[in-house]
Amino acid sequence: MSIGNALANRSFCVGLIVTSLIALVALVSFVWTPYPVGALDIAGKLKPPSAAHWLGTDHFGRDILSMIMVGSRNSIAVASVSVAIGAGIGVPLGLWGAATGGFVDEVLMRLNDLVFAFPALLSAVMITAVFGPGAINAIIAIGIFNVPVFARVARAAALSLWSREFVIAAGAIGKSPARITRDHILPNLASLLIVQATIQFSLGILAEAGLSYVGLGSQPPMPSWGRMLFEAQTMIGLAPHIALFPGLAIVITVLGFNLLGDGLRDVLDPKFQ
Amino acid sequence: MLTYATKRALIAILTLLAASLVVFAMLEIVPGDPARLMLGMNATEDAVHNLQEQMGLNQPLAIRYFSWLGGLLTGDLGKSYTYSVPVFDLIKERVAVSLPLAVISLALSTLIALPVGIFAASKRGKFSGTLAMGVAQVGVAIPNFWFALLLVYLFAVTLRLVPAGGFPGWGAGFGVSLKSLILPSIALALPQAAILARVTRSALLEVLGEDYIRTARAKGLSRRQVLYRHALRNALIPVLTILGLQFAFLLAGTIIIENVFYLPGLGRLVFQAITQRDLIVVEGVVMLLIATLILVNLLVDLSYAIVDPRLRGRS
Amino acid sequence: MKSWKLAIAGVAISLVMSSASFAAKTNLVLGIVLEPPHLDPTAGAAAAIDEIVYANIFEGLTRIGPKGNVLPALAESWTQSDDGKVYTFKLHKDVKFHDGTAFDADDVKFSLDRARGDKSTNAQKGLFSAIDTVNVVDPLTVKVALKQPSGDFLYNMGWGDAVIVAPESAGTNKDKPVGTGPFKFDSWAKGSQIVIAKNADYWGKPALLDKATFRVIPDPAAATAALLAGDVQAFPVFPSYETIPQFQVDPRFKVVIGTTEGETVLGMNNKKPPFDNPKVRQAITHAIDRKSLIDGAMFGFGTPIGSFFPPHHPAYVDLTAETAYDPELAKKLMAEAGHPDGFKTTLKLPPPTYARRGGEIIAAELREIGIDAEIIPVEWAQWLDQVFKNKDYAMTIVSHTEPNDLNIFSRDDYYFNYDSTAFKELIKQIDVTSDGAERTELYQQAQKLLAKDVPAAFLFQLPKTGVWDAKIEGLWENGPIQANDLTSVKWLD
Repeated sequence: MSIGNALANRSFCVGLIVTSLIALVALVSFVWTPYPVGALDIAGKLKPPSAAHWLGTDHFGRDILSMIMVGSRNSIAVASVSVAIGAGIGVPLGLWGAATGGFVDEVLMRLNDLVFAFPALLSAVMITAVFGPGAINAIIAIGIFNVPVFARVARAAALSLWSREFVIAAGAIGKSPARITRDHILPNLASLLIVQATIQFSLGILAEAGLSYVGLGSQPPMPSWGRMLFEAQTMIGLAPHIALFPGLAIVITVLGFNLLGDGLRDVLDPKFQ
Repeated sequence: MLTYATKRALIAILTLLAASLVVFAMLEIVPGDPARLMLGMNATEDAVHNLQEQMGLNQPLAIRYFSWLGGLLTGDLGKSYTYSVPVFDLIKERVAVSLPLAVISLALSTLIALPVGIFAASKRGKFSGTLAMGVAQVGVAIPNFWFALLLVYLFAVTLRLVPAGGFPGWGAGFGVSLKSLILPSIALALPQAAILARVTRSALLEVLGEDYIRTARAKGLSRRQVLYRHALRNALIPVLTILGLQFAFLLAGTIIIENVFYLPGLGRLVFQAITQRDLIVVEGVVMLLIATLILVNLLVDLSYAIVDPRLRGRS
Repeated sequence: MKSWKLAIAGVAISLVMSSASFAAKTNLVLGIVLEPPHLDPTAGAAAAIDEIVYANIFEGLTRIGPKGNVLPALAESWTQSDDGKVYTFKLHKDVKFHDGTAFDADDVKFSLDRARGDKSTNAQKGLFSAIDTVNVVDPLTVKVALKQPSGDFLYNMGWGDAVIVAPESAGTNKDKPVGTGPFKFDSWAKGSQIVIAKNADYWGKPALLDKATFRVIPDPAAATAALLAGDVQAFPVFPSYETIPQFQVDPRFKVVIGTTEGETVLGMNNKKPPFDNPKVRQAITHAIDRKSLIDGAMFGFGTPIGSFFPPHHPAYVDLTAETAYDPELAKKLMAEAGHPDGFKTTLKLPPPTYARRGGEIIAAELREIGIDAEIIPVEWAQWLDQVFKNKDYAMTIVSHTEPNDLNIFSRDDYYFNYDSTAFKELIKQIDVTSDGAERTELYQQAQKLLAKDVPAAFLFQLPKTGVWDAKIEGLWENGPIQANDLTSVKWLD
């Protein structure tokens, strides 16, 4: 992969720009938002976009732009930690299964199927029924369902690598499966895993929004895009703008990461194009 | 082939059994007592105790699990704590909403996705093809519940063409019932269609790159003929796989959409049952959904094995 | 392009026509927010049960009227012994249950004994605790002896939990309710609607409607749309406060803002530090701006209260000024209590909108005086378990919707953990006082004591927000109990 190649790829460029902008907004929100994010102004509620409030105000008179800015932190945090959980557990399991084969592999894959068989949202509902709603539990719920995805991807790709000549050769000179995995399998999987992580990241943003929408994500006063949409639902006839902007924020973010993922895949592995 | 099928079926049953244990254990630790919930804030302790007894909540955990499991095997899902009717009947009523919703959405998403995918594959590299895929890319990024909200705002609140939510029941007439499923199925179908269109396109492009397609082209068949006669048929396998998975997903994934539109489907039943601590209903519905998913996975695996015998060796 | 627009307009018009024309004048579709778990009012606390069956399907010896007064129902009259301990009820004759079985004194004895018996699963078993014995004198006469005189006995017999059921059908009322009322149960499509139909053999004044459908619409946005489209013609308790102004200006609809018995409070755990310090509780009360709370959480609907008493009650005294919004005073009180920099605590919120929205506003207002309250949303099941039963909470918001419930602050082991000998003494006196003026005086003393001790911060009285078709007459304006009495509802021509 070369920088030139990457920059010639349209998806990659657009995705990179969009995601960088979102990251920038999230960072800026730590030091500056147009209004303090928790400030209520009941008298100034449901105001349409104006010079004072670029995206209008919500049902408590809070500035929607400020809430979307701070909300981006929540989305990014939940999505990235849940990807880290999924990759951190799933990839070693997948590699282990591929390296050992046989019974271990079979058991690991069946466990994977078990997790996979649970309707994800339902399980999230049950998890939060036990532990109560909140960002941490949303992360756990989403993270658990990232595990089988990473395990499958890692295992499938590792299996195909194990039949390649350079891996067989490494085995012939007496390297242990663990060392082969570390020295030869993992480096060759890196690009694939990065692509998968990008995809899971954008799915994580969507999942977090969905969980927050049904009231299971992070709780007030921390703004969350999904919860903003839920609160907007009953007021959509009065003030459509409060349902519009949080949704757009989700779409743009997910789109950005999907484009980045697609672009990365094309750049890193031209065969998939 | 037969031994492979038996083995896969056995594994599926074991998975289901393990799932039942996980579901039961998980729900056992959910805080909250259905009897106390039913009787509210003024209830005396002995009234709560009597109701617990009536619901069979005082028996030991293991006995409840095995009697529930035994019931499952004979098709008896138990009796709802709150509605006090058989869980099976409740599920039957709700499936009558969720299943048509899933089928309509799947049909809708296929009807949109296949032409778009084929179009994008045939116009690869051209502006129109790129545009079609760009639209699909946006479609994938739209949360279906937000899309649902926008549909409600436009068609129900502003234009008042269709109801904003609720379901009159099939008894109220086929037409009105179908009408109340229109927006939910569109909201469910569109993001799925976007995914399916992308799969269709890439499957087609992959097949178009194969040697026999080049041979067919060399024999003088037009690009169009090759596309429809040879490529499409072969590209259908991955597309059908995705469709199968999407169906299972749709059946379980209607939960949020049913909540947006207040449809009395399986998703709302299970949500309501969890808040009412009607755990026996939750267990029944979750097991049904898991069984469906496992069954679809099994069928997909088996059909793969039929198509490609090499896959039988490795699971 | 133009023809396309015309086509859409055409479809729209035809759809509007089909749903609006030929509305049958003896049918009514009502919207309800919550679906009842079952339909037996003697075995569940859910208001949603009474909202369908009370006075329509089931009747008691007495009943509560639209103004909260006690009226005769299955008992046409009664007499009270001189010591006030024995009531003799004279029952209506020729009354039949919906399944054809006859109603008589044995059914009354069966129902009352069942509700107070050892095996009872009645949610309001306490209503029957004053009863000593129930005796059948003859098929139309019942004698109820009390352990001690009770001023509330006739009122208590009017609750939905005290309706008369038949031994033949008592076991199946949850699914197929069989009562004596002017409407019979017709059908229940779970998750969507419940239909009741006129009882042609009713013993009293027959219902004016032939059929009533209760449609379950929990979503406020869908409720608004359903009313506008005419799918639902009445919403006795309309859930979407934000869209009420739009109905108020629409001549097709009638908007009736009535009263309920729901006192909404910010409950505090009086035994848990720092809430055991009255100064902290007073500081919290002064930190809350009831006006912005009602505007923000209720879109302006709701009456501020300064104590635990409904404003429409004759003995009500307005104490909101004593606990008015005053952040400076609140900060001063916090400093006096030893918390000049505030403290961290939690606020557990049950599902209703008033609690979830109100909680966000109150948490923001408490931050102004240094109290950092973490919001913990809970479901009802968890709320009952953690907050109500185990008192594992610091603050919570809930509306106490039962009528006549001032005495909850005198109960031992109630979730407020408020323990005041003075207040208990007042409640005891109220129980044995029958003189009106004296009772009023005691009620007012009790209200003032609560406003001073603030075992909870008193927020507002829930409104009954009714929205219905302007041509409907006879629906209740206020909600003295949670019921939709349809016995005199009719369409005007």
